[in-house]
Amino acid sequence: MNTEAFAQLSNIAVASAAVVFFLALLTHLAEWAAAREVLPARSEPVGARARGGSPAAPPHPAGDTGKVTRSDRLGGIGISLTVLATALLAAGVLFRGLAAERVPWGNMYEFAVASALVVAVVYVGLVARLGISWLGPIVTGFVVIVLGLSILVYVPAGPLVPALDSYWLALHVSAAAIAGGAFVVGAGASALFLVKNRAERRSPGSGERGLLGRLPTTAAMDRLAYRVHAFAFPVWTFAALIAGPIWAQNAWGRYWGWDPKEVWAFITWVVYAGYLHARATAGWRGKGAAVLALIGFATLVFNFVGVNLFISGLHSYAF
Amino acid sequence: MATTSPPADQEVAPPGGGRHEGDGPGRPPAVSMRELGRWAWRQLTSMRTALLLLLALALAAVPGSLVPQQGVDSLRVAQYRLENPTLSQWFDRLGLFSVYSSPWFAAIYLLLMISLIGCVVPRAVVYARALRARPPRTPSRLERLPAYVSYETDRAPTDVLADAENLLRRQRYRVDRDLPAGPEIGSETGSGAGSGAGAVPTLGAGSVRAEKGYLRETGNLVFHVSLLIVLVGVAVGALWGYRGSVIVVEGQGFSNTLTQYDEFTSGALAGADSLPPFSLSLDQMTAEFQTEGDQAGQPKLFEASGTVTRAPGEDADGFDIRVNHPLTVDGTSVFLLGSGYAPVVTVRDGEGEVAFSGPVAFLPTDSSYVSEGVVKVPDAQPEQLGFEGLFLPWAVQGSDGVSRSLFPEPANPELDLFVYTGDLGLDDGEPQSVFALDKDDLDLLEGADGETLRLALTPGEQVRLPDGLGSVSFDGVREFARFQVASTPLSWLPLAGLVLAVAGMTGSLYIRPRRTWVRARAAGDRTVVEVAGLDRVSGGDLATDLDDVVARLRDEEEGATP
Repeated sequence: MNTEAFAQLSNIAVASAAVVFFLALLTHLAEWAAAREVLPARSEPVGARARGGSPAAPPHPAGDTGKVTRSDRLGGIGISLTVLATALLAAGVLFRGLAAERVPWGNMYEFAVASALVVAVVYVGLVARLGISWLGPIVTGFVVIVLGLSILVYVPAGPLVPALDSYWLALHVSAAAIAGGAFVVGAGASALFLVKNRAERRSPGSGERGLLGRLPTTAAMDRLAYRVHAFAFPVWTFAALIAGPIWAQNAWGRYWGWDPKEVWAFITWVVYAGYLHARATAGWRGKGAAVLALIGFATLVFNFVGVNLFISGLHSYAF
Repeated sequence: MATTSPPADQEVAPPGGGRHEGDGPGRPPAVSMRELGRWAWRQLTSMRTALLLLLALALAAVPGSLVPQQGVDSLRVAQYRLENPTLSQWFDRLGLFSVYSSPWFAAIYLLLMISLIGCVVPRAVVYARALRARPPRTPSRLERLPAYVSYETDRAPTDVLADAENLLRRQRYRVDRDLPAGPEIGSETGSGAGSGAGAVPTLGAGSVRAEKGYLRETGNLVFHVSLLIVLVGVAVGALWGYRGSVIVVEGQGFSNTLTQYDEFTSGALAGADSLPPFSLSLDQMTAEFQTEGDQAGQPKLFEASGTVTRAPGEDADGFDIRVNHPLTVDGTSVFLLGSGYAPVVTVRDGEGEVAFSGPVAFLPTDSSYVSEGVVKVPDAQPEQLGFEGLFLPWAVQGSDGVSRSLFPEPANPELDLFVYTGDLGLDDGEPQSVFALDKDDLDLLEGADGETLRLALTPGEQVRLPDGLGSVSFDGVREFARFQVASTPLSWLPLAGLVLAVAGMTGSLYIRPRRTWVRARAAGDRTVVEVAGLDRVSGGDLATDLDDVVARLRDEEEGATP
């Protein structure tokens, strides 16, 4: 196959992935909608489940009675669709690399697609290991948005501008994408933690019913958020504060120059460092830390979107 | 950045580090200065203050990305000042044009560093003690611990304990053994004898106590100390380093002295006489661009080649500088930042003398290399001449009559110039940019039709100026290279610091301190073995790991049973 065929295949794969992610999102939303209808009725005998919003099975995760609710089934379909979409997206990224004959993250479009892939892979991996399918709607929604917006910055596959022609492109950018992908999952967990935390504070016990009942305990969500962030933070440190400066030293003759992109990478780093400290500080655990995680994520998104579009700097060619 | 182990999941006070753990704000005891000082120090080094300082640092960094920065892009700062004179005054007062060297930014990071030191030092002392500490004594009621397994066996308690000790040592625990008190004693000489007086709750019972994960605290301390290393490294680089940029036209040279730079900044302790005395001459600047496809016009290759003389009197070597591939001479590196065009212009004055001749660098303003520049001719008689205009590498006439450049390569170069006469203002001693005219005492020249005179020259073309002011010719085009020359001493130090920081951070995030106890006691002719574990941070799979320990102990047993 020639590069043009690969380029075309890549576009098809990415577009299909976006569609399937969208279907997965719809399925997960239906899953949540179905869960809302479900009322707690633990005394209900096994097998007495009725369809259509009448008292039914205890909600997940208390569903240890062995019953499978409609909501559970939809959740399973959502996961399958997500796995399929992730595979399609991986193919799209791979073909893009074959089409351009280089690493497939050399401009803003490619970086967006590759980052979406990392988000999906991190999520699917954690679903397999830790069963975090409750993050499904958030993650698929995020991926759909990223893939949708990436059309706005689409460029056909082609060679690199000289400034990017360095092996540090592979290291610096992929590390940033991996950390970013994990930060997305962490932010999703922190956001849902805040939602459930707030609901439980307002009316204790509300977290076991319906939609919130599909979420794990706040403690479990907090722990997951922490584990994901604890993975992402060293990777981000490597991407932003080690690989980036080394490359900048080679390309621009200084390892740190307060370029807007560098400034925001630094801000993100500081905020996430704050998050890790907040978890060990009285009065900041739980809610405070989760809010910081979301602020950190906001700075990350701003660095990718805002800095690229509104502020000119040395990184203006991409990322 | 006070150092309570940031990653603790459900924070158990780190060994002795509890002083910072959740220090409340407290109330200032209004007694003596000394106590006030102690109170202030405690506040500064408290975790909460460190956290707030971190957030303040993040917030303080923001304006530097929104307001143009003197140290990053001085041209844009100048432009901003012109466009917003009133606002700029306020920005100047607040230091917003140089945020990262402003006193308030420095105040935040210095406070953060003091907070960090104030936390690391006492913590390191405690840690040094903890390094030699032995695993804590065996709790009397193991079954109350989060993970607990017990079983019976026919083996003697001492054998079980010996196996447990070996097993846990292999699992990299720090292990002590308390021998059973009572009749069984004496079958073996124990290593941990004497260290656990009072730890044996039941007559005839002995235990193994083990702890691991000390490296978590090590990692935590290493991380925070390496941040100090990074800061020192950055400070050294900033104080003794220098950085300058220079434009060199093909066929011309550059020698590394202060006067040759277009722009130069150096650290407070870097002497101008310390510049290594190399010189280079640029033979060829190659800029290639994509000629086809959707990315046509995107740069493909930048390469500057020529010769470098590393020290006066030495032989010249060839060099070849590309983007991402600098040339290094004596710790100073020469980077290729970009390229551009220098039209070769000859100006004859009203008396027919050549008043100026040579290439003039025009700065590219966009990706199609439409470039702006000026030509200053102070020697022209009877009046000084100045030219300002655009260079278009591949000029096409737009339908609106305005010329554009189709492509960055110089296939159809055109030089569009406005002409000024009067006083260039070069004699009053004020330094001037070579890329702009000081138009205070200059008059824009008009053509015969009363309109502003606009010259459009193609290579080889010569145009006569009105009023007998002379003529100007566009002789050809040369390319120029824009180099950055930079030296950052000890640049490996911040790098080493950061690598250490990541290593330390990884340790402090992933190593889980854990305690495991094994107690064996005789019950009739059998032995009851109890195994219990406690994680000091959550997230580990304690129960599974403990089951594994038990399974291995029982394997040993089978192996040992005849």
